[in-house]
Amino acid sequence: MTAVEAPSHGLLDTDRIRADFPILGRRLDGDRPLVYLDSANTSQKPRQVIDAMTAHYEQINSNVGRAVHQLGDASTQAYEVARVKIAAFINAPDASEVIFTKNSSEALNLVANTLSWAHGDHAVGAGDEIVITEMEHHSNIVPWQLLAERKDATLRWFGITDEGRLDLSQIDSVINDRTKVVSVVWVSNMLGTVTPLETIIRRAREVGALVVVDASQAVPQMPVDVAALGADLVAFTGHKMVGPTGIGVLWGRTEVLDALPPFLGGGSMIETVTMGGSTWAPLPAKFEAGTPPIVEAIGLAAAVDYLSAIGMDRIASHEHVLTAYALERMRELPGLTILGPTEAVDRGGAVSFELDGIHPHDVSQVLDSLGIAVRAGHHCAKPAHARFGVQSSTRASFYLYTTPAEVDAFIDGIHQTRRFFKVA
Amino acid sequence: MDLQSLYQEIILDHYKSPHHAGLRDPFEVEVHHVNPTCGDEVTLRVHVVDDVVVDISYDAEGCSISQASTSVLTDLLIGKKVDDALEIHSTFVELMQSRGKVEPDEDILEDGIAFAGVAKFPGRVKCALLGWMAWKDATARVVVDVEGSVT
Ligand SMILES: Cc1ncc(COP(=O)(O)O)c(C=O)c1O
Repeated sequence: MTAVEAPSHGLLDTDRIRADFPILGRRLDGDRPLVYLDSANTSQKPRQVIDAMTAHYEQINSNVGRAVHQLGDASTQAYEVARVKIAAFINAPDASEVIFTKNSSEALNLVANTLSWAHGDHAVGAGDEIVITEMEHHSNIVPWQLLAERKDATLRWFGITDEGRLDLSQIDSVINDRTKVVSVVWVSNMLGTVTPLETIIRRAREVGALVVVDASQAVPQMPVDVAALGADLVAFTGHKMVGPTGIGVLWGRTEVLDALPPFLGGGSMIETVTMGGSTWAPLPAKFEAGTPPIVEAIGLAAAVDYLSAIGMDRIASHEHVLTAYALERMRELPGLTILGPTEAVDRGGAVSFELDGIHPHDVSQVLDSLGIAVRAGHHCAKPAHARFGVQSSTRASFYLYTTPAEVDAFIDGIHQTRRFFKVA
Repeated sequence: MDLQSLYQEIILDHYKSPHHAGLRDPFEVEVHHVNPTCGDEVTLRVHVVDDVVVDISYDAEGCSISQASTSVLTDLLIGKKVDDALEIHSTFVELMQSRGKVEPDEDILEDGIAFAGVAKFPGRVKCALLGWMAWKDATARVVVDVEGSVT
């Protein structure tokens, strides 16, 4: 039937995994099974995460760090165990380097804002330079634009090659003695590109710039070791790694986090408060003002347990094999242009594309009528779309529960879409 | 889900060959509207003489629904008195916000009745309204400008 054979090696036992995800068993309109190809947007949640959160609400619920009663102790304990688990998951040298935030966006804003208030080494001032890339998510563009504007600093960026890779040909001039911060995405949510962080970090180190990594799409799909990476700060978001919404993580090296001023002021982040002034609690509390997302942190710890039990290297392999299969099969689709690398080399499991004569909304609408959920639009990466002369695209993205049969359903769906709009 | 009711032939026809497309002179006001969630964009110009909508020209990038509805808008409103055009505008907006519960009036909306199905897809209503909101914005500014110049 199809010229390309479905892969048989390197895949996870998706039958078993899918049984853990209640939503994957639901039916959509017309009694169609759900084919969820929008995990780069947000992942689905396994029973284990949902149960851990429910159990906390039912048996332990209490505020953390403030109450001297049994529930308060148990809740605080669970919240701090969650931090330790997440630290271990990314190989952070110390759990106090794991700051809980609302999501990646907040983590990145925390860094950009505290840098605008920082004194000393990390202070960003007039004439200083901030380096990002053209393939960033808006969450890793806008905070830096705001910082540059406020401090009269200059925002520079690496462009994108036709193949969807970072153009590092001018790296020595883009990152130079004036560069204070380099903030780069690890895996692009639009192009799928895995960026050459090692090269960028080495150059940033030469000029003494701070390195921030947007790992929102990396932590969910590959083993991450922040100690080995060599960056100063790494942001990621719980909901893309089978965890709940409302929780993200900023990991930072202790020296850097200690040197930055607080982000939000309020309860829990202080050492002492008088009417004349306040002093700050040590890490991580210094950056966690107010009641934190307690149950979400516990849910994220359950997510990390779930992913670890399967193994991040095996998840990365699954993702790689499926992406290669999808890229291969997409070649048979006339009028389809992939935005980003067309080979599964240094590439994550998100594939964005254009279909001649059919707008992405219309593609996703027809796919939706078949029960296939994909993303259409600019995926919060307008500059990367503009780079390829398009305003929007359709994106299919895969995760540990995605099967080759779902890739086949997607390919069939595109054929049907072309027939529906009479471009076939 | 009923794809056919969303993508009526009329809509696909307007999408394939939009009416009155392109930006033209003369015009009093040009506006640029964007649907921030999806990125659809329209640049739209209005030319009004003596309270009559003489021309509506536009350059749009977007899905079939937003393109077709802007095309239908120009068919419906060009040549009308501004007050009548505003009346048609509110009838169309009402239809789009009805969640499919309003029976469209073909005498008023002509090809616009094809969008009745879109009203049942909440995610697409904004697409259908993009050009219409741009036109209303532009027209309000023309009226202000004209009145401003009188006083
Ligand atoms: C690469 C990248 N960075 C940042 C974000 C922002 O994540 P969140 O919306 O959870 O803050 C996303 C998710 O959309 C992303 O894919």
